[in-house]
Amino acid sequence: MDERVSNSLQPAETIPVAVKNLTKVYGTVTAVDSISFTLEPRTTVALLGGNGAGKTTTIAMLLGLVVPTSGEVRVFGADMSRDRYGVAERLNFQSPYVDLPMRLTVRQNLTVYGGLYGVANVSERIDFLAEDLQITQLLDRDTGKLSAGQKTRVGLAKALLNAPELLLLDEPTASLDPDTADWIRQKLKDYAHARGATILLASHNMAEVERLADRVIMLDAGRILEDEAPKALIETYGRETLEDVFLDVVRGRSRHAVQGKLAPADARARKIS
Amino acid sequence: MSAISTQSGAVPVILPPSGLRASLRRIGAMVRRYTYLLRSSGIRLVELIYWPFLQMLTWGFLQKYLAGTTSPLAQAAGVLIGSVLLWDILFRSKIGFSTTFIEEMWARNLGNLLTSPLRPFELVAALSVWSLIRLGVSMVPVAVAAYFIFGFNLLDLGLALIPFFAVLVLTSWSLGLLSAGVILRYGLGAEEFAWSLAFVLLPLSCVYYPVAVLPDWLQPVALALPPTHVFEGMRAILLHGTFNASELWWALALNAIYLLVGYMAFRWFLQRARINGSLLQLGE
Repeated sequence: MDERVSNSLQPAETIPVAVKNLTKVYGTVTAVDSISFTLEPRTTVALLGGNGAGKTTTIAMLLGLVVPTSGEVRVFGADMSRDRYGVAERLNFQSPYVDLPMRLTVRQNLTVYGGLYGVANVSERIDFLAEDLQITQLLDRDTGKLSAGQKTRVGLAKALLNAPELLLLDEPTASLDPDTADWIRQKLKDYAHARGATILLASHNMAEVERLADRVIMLDAGRILEDEAPKALIETYGRETLEDVFLDVVRGRSRHAVQGKLAPADARARKIS
Repeated sequence: MSAISTQSGAVPVILPPSGLRASLRRIGAMVRRYTYLLRSSGIRLVELIYWPFLQMLTWGFLQKYLAGTTSPLAQAAGVLIGSVLLWDILFRSKIGFSTTFIEEMWARNLGNLLTSPLRPFELVAALSVWSLIRLGVSMVPVAVAAYFIFGFNLLDLGLALIPFFAVLVLTSWSLGLLSAGVILRYGLGAEEFAWSLAFVLLPLSCVYYPVAVLPDWLQPVALALPPTHVFEGMRAILLHGTFNASELWWALALNAIYLLVGYMAFRWFLQRARINGSLLQLGE
């Protein structure tokens, strides 16, 4: 009997992510404080915030690695606290805080994860991704002997093995040189476009967010302070860059206060001076 | 790499994620991962045989000395070395299970595994299968060496060897599950617990002496441990030529309880780790 029944490149009909009143408390520390948001299909959304803002914890709850204290996380309709295995093969993730086994070659690692994600044509898939991500020459090298940039590309290959409908990325270009980081961003853009995938990325790199994201969710101390398109935020705050907006937000200057004090032209003038 | 094969990989063909075949596929993928790891280092392979071989030599020579000097002990030919080999089945199987699990944490790979479609019971099954494979790699050469060096043939235990082996391996998995759960919850700081847990059984399961040696109040504790019945059974066969099958059934029943408790403990610790966020810290 042919077991191959599904091709993961079919479009998803369900809402990829629905988060409602999500809270995570560790002891006396509230890491995530009653946040709610929804990710529409085929959008790229950035979680933006400083260290300790709650980005990684939010992504971990979306992945089912952390159980919320209260509230709800639904991925493709599945409650991730109880039923993550119903949708696990439809998503994937990459994080600089998680490695692939270093003593295995790149090909071995990808083969193992191909098996875990149920990729029937794993050899062909690895060859395809290796060519696309320019890691063909690395396939038979030990993963532990790769540079940071090479490891990021290999991690991305692992994250794309099953062509996930939902891709979760925690600081995808952390510790990369500008050239490699730019290359990775372009690859992600291409993937999202070609696959019609939804991407949620956590970052504190403003350039990355401006380039990739359709929407930005700004977090500070576990709370959502802003949730809009990058351009709309820049316009609303009357700033030139998302970084300026971010600084306004985390330093407690609300959009109303900023609008009252600075017209866009003033802000530009201040920037130039 | 052909253009055709490359192009055919543009679209992944995804197999059904649930059902027995899917579980077997994921367990197979994990066993493959462990095989790759073992193959990547010749030293690891040698290490698997090195320690049990040294232990077998030490106890083998001690037994040879005792057999030549004291007549009652001479009757116990094979008992010491048999104890060592059977104890090593339990110990090596436990170490195989725990080390393989800890390896995922050393590699900072657990986050990848626990966010993949791999179910916890599949991870446990893969660890169990791999502990058996490791056990074969380490113990078969040592058992063969014991035969050639000291004339001790483990197969002299006859068919009883099969349930003996089963009892010891099942006990090792229970211990492995418990230590893996504790490490999941408390991180690599609890690594020492994983290494030392099996040694709790060393005095209590009467590896080198009969249960009767223990104080009266401790004997029920010893008898509640499945391996005790194996070591008592081994001595009965080698010293008196008798075999009490009912004792082994009792041991297997105890094993079923311990295995269930071990798996429930593992699942409980995993859930606590998800609640406390320690799975997140493992990667950082």
